[in-house]
Formats: sequence, structure tokens, C-alpha cells
Amino acid sequence: MSTTVNVAARRGFLNAAVAFKKTGGARLNKHSGTDVFLEFDDVKKSYDQKSLVVKGFNIAVEQGEFITLLGPSGSGKTTVLMMLAGFESVTSGTIAIRGQSINKTAPYKRNIGMVFQNYALFPHMTVAENLGYPLGVRGMAKADQRKRISEYLDLVELGDFGNRYPGQLSGGQRQRVALARAMIFEPTLILMDEPLGALDKKLREQMQYEITRLHEQLGFTVMYVTHDQAEALSMSNRIAVFNDGIVQQCAAPAELYEKPANAFVAEFIGENNFIEGQVDRIEGKHAIVTIKGEGTITAEAAEGLVAGGRCVVSVRPEKLFIHPSTHAHDHDIKATFVARIYVGDFIRYYFRLADNKEIVVKVLNDLSAPEFGEGDVGRLQWLTSDCIAFPHSGEMPGVTG
Amino acid sequence: MAEATTNLRTHAAKRLAPEDARNAAREVRARRLRAFLFVAPLLVFVMFAFVAPIASMLFRSAYNPTVANLVPASLVAIADWDGEGRPSDDVLGQFAIDLKRLANDRTSGQLAEEINRFLPGTSSVVKSTARTLRRVDDGTLAQTGPALLLDANDAWAEPGIWRALQEAGKVYTTSYYLTALDLEMTRDGSIQQRDTQIYLKLYGKTLWMALIITVLTLILGYPLAFHMAQSSTSRANFLMVFVLLPFWTSLLVRTTSWIALLQTNGVVNSTLIALGLTQDPFELLYTQFSTIIAMTHILLPFMVLPLYSVMRGIDPSYMRAAMSMGSRPIPAFLKIYLPMSLPGLSAGALLVFIISVGYYITPALVGGTDGQMISNIIAFHMQQSNNWELAAALGSLLLFLIIALYWLYDRFIGAGNIKLG
Repeated sequence: MSTTVNVAARRGFLNAAVAFKKTGGARLNKHSGTDVFLEFDDVKKSYDQKSLVVKGFNIAVEQGEFITLLGPSGSGKTTVLMMLAGFESVTSGTIAIRGQSINKTAPYKRNIGMVFQNYALFPHMTVAENLGYPLGVRGMAKADQRKRISEYLDLVELGDFGNRYPGQLSGGQRQRVALARAMIFEPTLILMDEPLGALDKKLREQMQYEITRLHEQLGFTVMYVTHDQAEALSMSNRIAVFNDGIVQQCAAPAELYEKPANAFVAEFIGENNFIEGQVDRIEGKHAIVTIKGEGTITAEAAEGLVAGGRCVVSVRPEKLFIHPSTHAHDHDIKATFVARIYVGDFIRYYFRLADNKEIVVKVLNDLSAPEFGEGDVGRLQWLTSDCIAFPHSGEMPGVTG
Repeated sequence: MAEATTNLRTHAAKRLAPEDARNAAREVRARRLRAFLFVAPLLVFVMFAFVAPIASMLFRSAYNPTVANLVPASLVAIADWDGEGRPSDDVLGQFAIDLKRLANDRTSGQLAEEINRFLPGTSSVVKSTARTLRRVDDGTLAQTGPALLLDANDAWAEPGIWRALQEAGKVYTTSYYLTALDLEMTRDGSIQQRDTQIYLKLYGKTLWMALIITVLTLILGYPLAFHMAQSSTSRANFLMVFVLLPFWTSLLVRTTSWIALLQTNGVVNSTLIALGLTQDPFELLYTQFSTIIAMTHILLPFMVLPLYSVMRGIDPSYMRAAMSMGSRPIPAFLKIYLPMSLPGLSAGALLVFIISVGYYITPALVGGTDGQMISNIIAFHMQQSNNWELAAALGSLLLFLIIALYWLYDRFIGAGNIKLG
């Protein structure tokens, strides 16, 4: 325990943001602009001189923040990470750390720790030699190295594994070693490229907790790349959702989930129902939408929505309630029961609307979960604040899940 | 009730019931038989085409019954001779009778050749004596055999030729191995160096040339394999065609194309003269230089292929990880990439080295006298001097040498480190 305190203390004075974060308990989702640590300014990347893989990436990261780049594969998130680490050149724009451009800095001078998906532990070196590698490169004395190595092995709870080779470790243990190796030289920034992708579900959840713990304890800044939204939601201070080389939305996890900026984010993060409609009129922050066969409903209006245009209304499966229910509601529509799927902790109900559109409802597996027969008509209820109308983007997102 | 108790007991002991055990054993037997049948044709082929010839070579290098079969009675007679002066008349008489028989059978030439190996220059003595004795009738020969023999050639009065006969008459002998190591046994049984040192020097030269070829293929092959491993698959495949091209052309064509390039009026020399770099053509062909160049070219794929396949498996993230931790590219390469590519490197080096130690055709075609390797002298003894026993001894020594080198390699680097793909 004392060793971990040491490490934390050594880090702690470097970085006031952590202290603020820990004592104040405030999440760093809205940065004040005072202490920008890492900044991407209109960064673009092209591999083939024809098309852009990253189309103007902007972000300002504060010291101690945990930023996740989330997106489907090929969306450009890994390219951003590689440009930050220095393994890919920047086509245009600037990446700056503490106001200094690092565009032209060689990777080995950037002092950025990195955790790779395949861990990249050197197979011909023991765990201790792996951890000692960055220290040896920096010319640290052997005795100091040994002390630091055992300190960090304790930190990742692998105290007795120093003499093992990576091949003799389990996936989770390798992951811990990779983490320790990325942290041991106290880099200004740690990058993680899908570090948990190769682990099974249970280990993944355990390691998510572990990374979060180390981040809180040591207060380093993290840029994390993943395509797993659950991972992103549970670990990050802020998430940048990537699609097609563009950041669709960059916000705290709760905001991303509750207030998606556009239909892509609404569909990509969590599960969502989408109902097509026509915007009647816009009243302040609300839109009145006509749904074919169902009449009109009121929904939160997303940016870019125009009166008279086509739109999709999204409402999450767990925000829909089946009558009879005690939940408050603003809307109440009839829908035909199709199927009921028993998942365990909850039950999924499939209903069909008047225009044959299927809609999913998630109900907790408790006594209130109703029974339906084939073709029965039920009533679905929800709140206006739980549904958002997005402009129709041409291609209609389907029901996810 | 009793049955239930038994069941319980077997269950508790976690033992298989006898019938289950029998079934399981039968299944294992059937699987083994099937596996054996799969490899049986190859096994037969290897026994017939590889194991048997090598065993016969090893045997032949120490077993030579030719003389013992030709003149058995003479060898029995000479066994009591003390090796000094002229053997007794009994020995001479018996040998004269044997020699006449051989002369009539037209096998005296074989005897002459065998004795000549131990005492050079005696071939003609044996042959001419055999011609003389052939015309003598049996009665005369039985009575005046020794005198006739001594009349035919003075050499029969000296002990040297008789000692050579005694040596050649030994069925099991180490003398070929001694010859192969440039040694010989003196009359008192001690071992000394021969006057002419041929084979040890040749072994040394062969190993040295193999080493140079291995180092050259390594210098040429490593960067190429590295580049191929870093390129895209389509580009790597394209380059692979060029690596494999030498494999797809005949060895003879490749070697003769080197002759066309390197000969006195060849492409290289005429280019050099045309450029004004030299007045007189260089002696490039039929030298050690040409052997090394041609063999480096021919053996390059054996270095590149294992290197490439190992390097292809090294994820770029290892080098990236090393650099992200602050290591400069060259130290990172030496400490991370090089050790990781070592399995391919050692496989390639071992392959090239062992193949070049035993290489025959290229040195034979472009090597001249200077560029000959041990295989060429083995071939010489098999085809020209007809000394199969010495060829077998030289070949066996080469085999032992390679096994010893492999053992050393295993000892210091570890054979488990080899990776061919």
C-alpha cells in the first residue's frame, strides 16, 4: 500500500487538475479553457493523397482527463492516436502539448506511454526487463530501476511475476504488465489502442475497473481508443464519437447517452428506436412531429431540424413503458404485440406500429412484466423529454440491437 | 444391491470399468495404426533411398574385402612374416600361384590398384609380373615360383611391396579415415602426418567458404527480408517472385550464366574494358571468388525465405512500443527486432551453411582448381580414382562434421530457436 501512495504522491504534485478532480468531485466534462494540456487543431490525415481519413479533428484535453475516441472500425480514431504517438505524420493542422507543437517531434522524444492491443510485450525479455526497458533507455541507475520496477509491479498486483516471461502469463496479466510498462517512465500522456480488445468479457470488465483505479490514483492523462461503447461510457471523462473521419459529438458519457447530437450518435451509443415522421412545426426547443398512422407527438428538437422536413424520432427501449404503469408519461400510443424475448435481468418486447415499423421495449424482469398473446394490442407510454427528433439524413437508421 | 455397491465403489475410485478401458485402448491402437499407415510409404522410401545408402557408405569407409577375396591364401601365408627383409619362399610361391590365377581371370588389375594405394608406383610392377606369370605352366610355377617372381621384378625382393599387400589385405581398416585426415600409420603402429597435406586444408577451405557465403547471404538477405516484411502484401508477393526466380530456373542454367558473365571475354570483363577501367581482363572465372559469388546467388532464397516468414510475424507494434518508451530506432532495432528475428536468422544461416558445405555442382563448374570444395574431391575419388573407400571415409567425416556443428549450434543457440515458417 505504501508503494502505491509513493507513486501517487510523485505524480500528484505534478498535476493540480487531479487534486481538483478528486476533492471537488466535479467531472472535467466542461473544460474551462484555463489549463489546456493537449490540443488538436484542425488535424487532417490522408494516406493516399486523394481522400482524408481524418477530416479536421479538434479537441482540447486538460491534464488528468480520460478521453475516449469511440467509433466503428475505419472511422479514423486509431489514425488520430498514431499521429499523436508520432508513428504517422500529420497531413495538416497542429498537435500541441502544453502549447508546443509536436508535429515534428520524433516518437522517441515525445514521452508518451502507449498500450497496444496485442500488448507488444517483448517476448525475449522477462516482465522485469520489459518494465526496465524505458528506464534503461533513460539512463536510470540499476538500483533505482529495480526499486521502481517492484513499485509498479505491486501497483498492478503482479509483485511476484518479475522473472516470468510474457509467454508464461495469462491475457489479463499481460495486460497489467503492458499498463505498468506504459506508466513506469511517468509519461505526460498515456495512449491506449483498444487495450482490452483481446480479453474475454469478464476480464475486460475487471481491467476496466483496474484502469479507472490507476487513472484516479496516479492522475495521468489518457487518450483511449475503442469501438466498445460500454467500455467508453464506463471509463471516460469525455468521449469523442468518430464516424467517417469526423467527430460527431464530444461530450461526457451521460450527455452523449441522454442528449445525442445527431442520429448517428443516437444509434451508435446504446440501443434506440427510430420512428420516421414529418416535422409540423417547431416550438422553442420542441418539435411537433406527425407520425403516419399514429397522429402527432412532441419531441425534443435536435439541431438542424426544419419545419416541414422529414425527421426521425428516437426513443430508447428502456424509456418506453407498457400500460399499465405508474410512470409519468406524455405520450400514449397503441401498438401490436409481436414477440417477447427473455434475456434474464430484463425482458425485451417487440411491438409493431401502424406502418409496420417494429419497436423494442425493455422491461425489468420483475413482477410488473406483463404477459401478451400473439396479436394483442398494448399501449406504450413515454415522456417528451425522452424522445428526440433528428433531421432525416436520407438513409434511415434501423432499430438497433 | 450388491451391484449398486460395486458401481458406487468404482465411481468413487474414478477408475474406468474394464470394458471401458479396453474400448479406450482399442481406440488408441486404431489411431496409432492409422497414423503409421499414413507415413509408411515415406518410411519405406526413406529407408531404401536414404538410410540404406548412408549406412552402406559408413560401412564401406572402414570395410574393404577386395584384396582378401582376391588372394586369400597369400594373406594367410604372409601373416607370420615379421615385416623385415624378404618374406619366406612359401609366401612368394603362394603369391606367384595366386597372381597367375588372377592374371588368367583378368582381375590382376584390381589387385594392382589396391596395392598401389598403399605404395604408389607399384601398379605397373604387379601388372607386368602378372603378365609374365600367365604364360608359365602350373608345374614349373609350383617348383620355381619364388625365383620367377624375383626375376620378373626387383621390387619383390624389397619388404615395401609386401607390407603394402599386408595393409591392403586387411578387411576392416581405419587407414581410409587416417588418409582422409592426412594421417598415416607407421610400422610401429603410431600415427603421424602424411607428407602431402590435402584433405584437412580442403575441409578448412570448405568451412571457410561456407562461412563467407553464409555471411554474404545474410548481408544481402536480411535487409531484403526486412523490407518485404514491412511492405504491403501485394508488394511483398511481387518481390517474392524475384527471390524465388532462381529456384524456378535450372541450377545448371544459373551456373552457366555465371560462366558467361565471368569468363575472360565475358560480360563483366568486356564492360570493364569498354569503360576503360582496366586494360587486361581479370581472371574472374575458375577461382574461389567465382565459386563464392555463384553460390551466394544460388543460396540466397534459403536465407530470405525463413527470415521473411519470421519477420512477417513480428508485429510493427513492438518497434513502436520501444520507440514510444524513448528508444531511438537503431538501438530499438538491435535490442527488440533483431532478437525477435533471430529464429529466422539462425534457420537461414544454418540452412545456407550446411547446404554450402556439401555443395558440388557450382564449384565443379566455376571453381577451377582454386575453388574446389570437399564434395568435389569426394566426387573425384568416386569417379576418377575409383577409390570408393576413401570417398566414403571423406563423406562420413563430412557428415560427422556437420552433426558436430549442429550440436555446437544447439548447445549455444538452441535448436528450438529455429523457425522455418
